[in-house]
Amino acid sequence: MVEKLSGAEMVVRALQDEGVEYLFGYPGGAVLHIYDAIFQQPKDAENKVHHILVRHEQAATHAADGYARATGKPGVVLVTSGPGATNAVTGIATAYMDSIPLIVISGQVRSDWIGDDAFQETDMVGVCRPIVKHSFMVQRTEDIPEIMKKAFYIATTGRPGPVLIDIPKDKTAPHIKFPYDYPKTVKMRSYTPITKGHSGQTRKAVDELLKAKRPVIYAGGGIIMGEASEELTALARRLGYPVTNTLMGLGGFPATDELSIGMLGMHGTYEANMAMHNSDLILAAGARFDDRATNDASKFCPNAKVIHIDVDPATISKNVTADIPIVGPVKQVLSEMLSMLDEHPGKPDEKAIASWWEEINGWRQVHGLRYETGEMMKPQQVVQALYKATKGDAYVTSDVGQHQMFAAQYYHFDKPRRWINSGGLGTMGFGLPAAMGVQLAYPDAVVACVTGEGSIQMNIQELSTCMQYGLPIKIININNQALGMVKQWQDMQYGGRHSQSYMDSLPDFVKLTESYGHVGMRVDRIEDLDAAMEEAFALKDRLVFMDIYVDPTEHVYPMHIADGSMRDMWLNKTERT
Amino acid sequence: MRRIISILMENEPGALSRVVGLFSQRGYNIETLTVAPTEDPTLSRLTLTTYGDDRTIERITKHLNKLIEVVKLVDLSEGEHVEREIMLIKVKASGAQRAEVKRTVDIFRGQIVDVTSTVYVVQLTGTSDKLDAFIEAIGEAQVLEVVRSGVSGIARGEKTLSL
Repeated sequence: MVEKLSGAEMVVRALQDEGVEYLFGYPGGAVLHIYDAIFQQPKDAENKVHHILVRHEQAATHAADGYARATGKPGVVLVTSGPGATNAVTGIATAYMDSIPLIVISGQVRSDWIGDDAFQETDMVGVCRPIVKHSFMVQRTEDIPEIMKKAFYIATTGRPGPVLIDIPKDKTAPHIKFPYDYPKTVKMRSYTPITKGHSGQTRKAVDELLKAKRPVIYAGGGIIMGEASEELTALARRLGYPVTNTLMGLGGFPATDELSIGMLGMHGTYEANMAMHNSDLILAAGARFDDRATNDASKFCPNAKVIHIDVDPATISKNVTADIPIVGPVKQVLSEMLSMLDEHPGKPDEKAIASWWEEINGWRQVHGLRYETGEMMKPQQVVQALYKATKGDAYVTSDVGQHQMFAAQYYHFDKPRRWINSGGLGTMGFGLPAAMGVQLAYPDAVVACVTGEGSIQMNIQELSTCMQYGLPIKIININNQALGMVKQWQDMQYGGRHSQSYMDSLPDFVKLTESYGHVGMRVDRIEDLDAAMEEAFALKDRLVFMDIYVDPTEHVYPMHIADGSMRDMWLNKTERT
Repeated sequence: MRRIISILMENEPGALSRVVGLFSQRGYNIETLTVAPTEDPTLSRLTLTTYGDDRTIERITKHLNKLIEVVKLVDLSEGEHVEREIMLIKVKASGAQRAEVKRTVDIFRGQIVDVTSTVYVVQLTGTSDKLDAFIEAIGEAQVLEVVRSGVSGIARGEKTLSL
C-alpha cells in the first residue's frame, strides 16, 4: 500500500529519496510545517537529512553552492517566504552564473493570500525568473513528489543550474495527506538535454587540431562541472598542446603540468594571453568566452579558428563566433576525440609545435608572475605560503577582489573541484559560507578560505555557524585595509582618487573570532608567516582566522588594458605591452 | 530584418512571463505578441514579431529553446508562410466622409461591424502592411481608436509546428 504523507513530509521524504545529506536553511513562518517534518525524522534513520542552520539566508545558498562545487552533487536550500527568500537571491544568482546545481525550496504565504500583499509575501518565482534555470510554484500538494523529481533532474542535467520550488504554506499542512510515490524517472517533452555531440563535427575538429601550427586548448568551468578533467588531460598530453584554464576552470588541467600555461584573461598570465592572441586554432572546451577572459571580443585572437564544445547551444557563438561548433557534453566529446585520434592517420605537426613551444617559453620568461618584494608583506607571498603549508592539496574557497586573483594565480590547482570561487557574478561574501559547504562534504579535508577584510565582513556572522557544527576552516584574511580591486582601478583609471574604497574602523578580527569561540591570529611580518601558517594548519579541529596585514599599495598584474585585445596588458605599474 | 517567431509551449502559469522576460532581460524587443491554447489544451501557441540580424535572431531562438516550457519553435520568416493580423478600428464617419470611408473599407475588403450616426467600427484582416496601408488611406485625422491583434502565422505546405 502506498503511504500517505502531508506536503511537508513529502518534501523531506523526497530529499531523503534523492540522497540529500545536508539541507542549508533558516526557519520562518511559511516553512514551519516543513521544519516540523525535518524534526520528526526518526533519529536513527540512515537516510536522514541533516539541517544546517546558517545565520543569514545568503549564506545558506552559498554553503549549498560550495557543497555542490566540491562534490558535484546538487546543493539544497530551505528558506521562508519574503525576506528569507529574497536574502537567498544573491546566492541563487551566484549559482546561476557559474552553472551550479542548486535546489532552493522557499516557503510562500498560503495560496488564498497570494497577491494580497500578505505578511512576508514576495513573488519569488517572479523575482528569480532571470536567475534560475527553472522554477516551480506548487499548486497542489499531490504534485510535490513529481515537482521535486523534476527539480533535481533539471538542476543536474544539461548545463546545470539552480531550480526554485516555491511552496505556499497550506500545501504543506500536516493534516492534508496524499499518497506518496516518488517517481523513479522523469520525462519532459519540453526538456531533453543533449547527451552526445555530433560526430561529424567532432571529426572535423580533430582534422583541424592535427593541422594546427599554433594551437591552444582553452578549458573552462564546464570541464569541472562536466567531470571531463581526465579526458582533457589525456587529450592535451596526447597532442602535446598548451592548455590555459579560465578562472572557473582552474584545476581542470593540472597547473603544475608542463603543458599548462596558466590562467588566461584580465589577470591571466602573460604567456597564456600571448599564446591565445597568436594562436591559429583554439579548442574551447566548456568555456564561454566571458568578457573577463577575452578582453574586447572584436579584437579577440585575430588569426585563430575556433572549435567550441559546450553542452549549452546558446553559449556557442554568443560572444565569439565558432568555426566548428560542437554541442554536447564536453566529457563525451573529448573522449570521442581521443578515440578518433587513435584511428586517425595524421599526427600533430611536430616541427611547428616545437617552434610554437619555443615561442611560448620565451613569453614565459617575460613576466612569469614576478612581483617585487619589499619591507611589507605582499599578498602574493601569503598565497604562496598557503600553498606551501597545505602542500597544494587544500580546498580553497575565495571571496571577490584582489585576493581572489592572487589565489587563482599563485595557488597551483592540480585537481578539479579544489578551487571554489564566484567567477561569473563576483559575489563578495561567498568564501566563508562556501567553505562551510565544502568542509561538511569533506570533514577531514583541509579547507582554506582566502578572503579580504572587505569581503569577509559581508558574511562574517557565519563564524557562529562554524562553531555550531565544528567546522575547522582556515580563514586567510589578506588584510590590506582597503577594497583592493576597487582601489587598484581608482589608481589606474581615476587619478588615484580613492572614493570609498578604504576600510576605516576595522574590527579587531582576532578578538572578534575569539568571541565566537574560534582561534584568531594576527600576522604582520613576513618572517612570521610560514610559522603562523604551520601553527594554524596544525590545529586540525579548530577554525583559525589568520588576519594577515599586507602592503595596501599592491596591484594585481598582468592586467588587460580595457577595450584591447588579448595581448594588451599592463605588466606592472609602469610597463605595458 | 523583421522576423516572425512561432513557439509551441506548455500551457502553464508563468510560461508566458518567462518568454516575455527573456526579451527584456537580454535586451531584445518584441514588436507584436499573440498567444492562445492550441487544439491540445496542454499546449499554447505563441507568435511574436521582432527585428534583428541573423546573429541576433539566432541568439534569441537559442535562448527561447532553453526555456524549460518551450517545446518547439520556428522562425516562420525563414520559409514560405501565411501571416495575418486582425484590426478593429473606430473611425469618424459623418457627412461626406461617410461614403468615402465605406468605399475605402470595401477596397480593403474590410467589414463595418458597428455603426452609429457619426462612427464606424471597421474590422480588417491581413498582413501588418495592409493594416498600415488602410490607416494611411483613411487618414490619421479620421481615426479614433485602433486595436490590433498582433501577427499570427503558419507555414505553407506540409510543414507543421506540432509535437
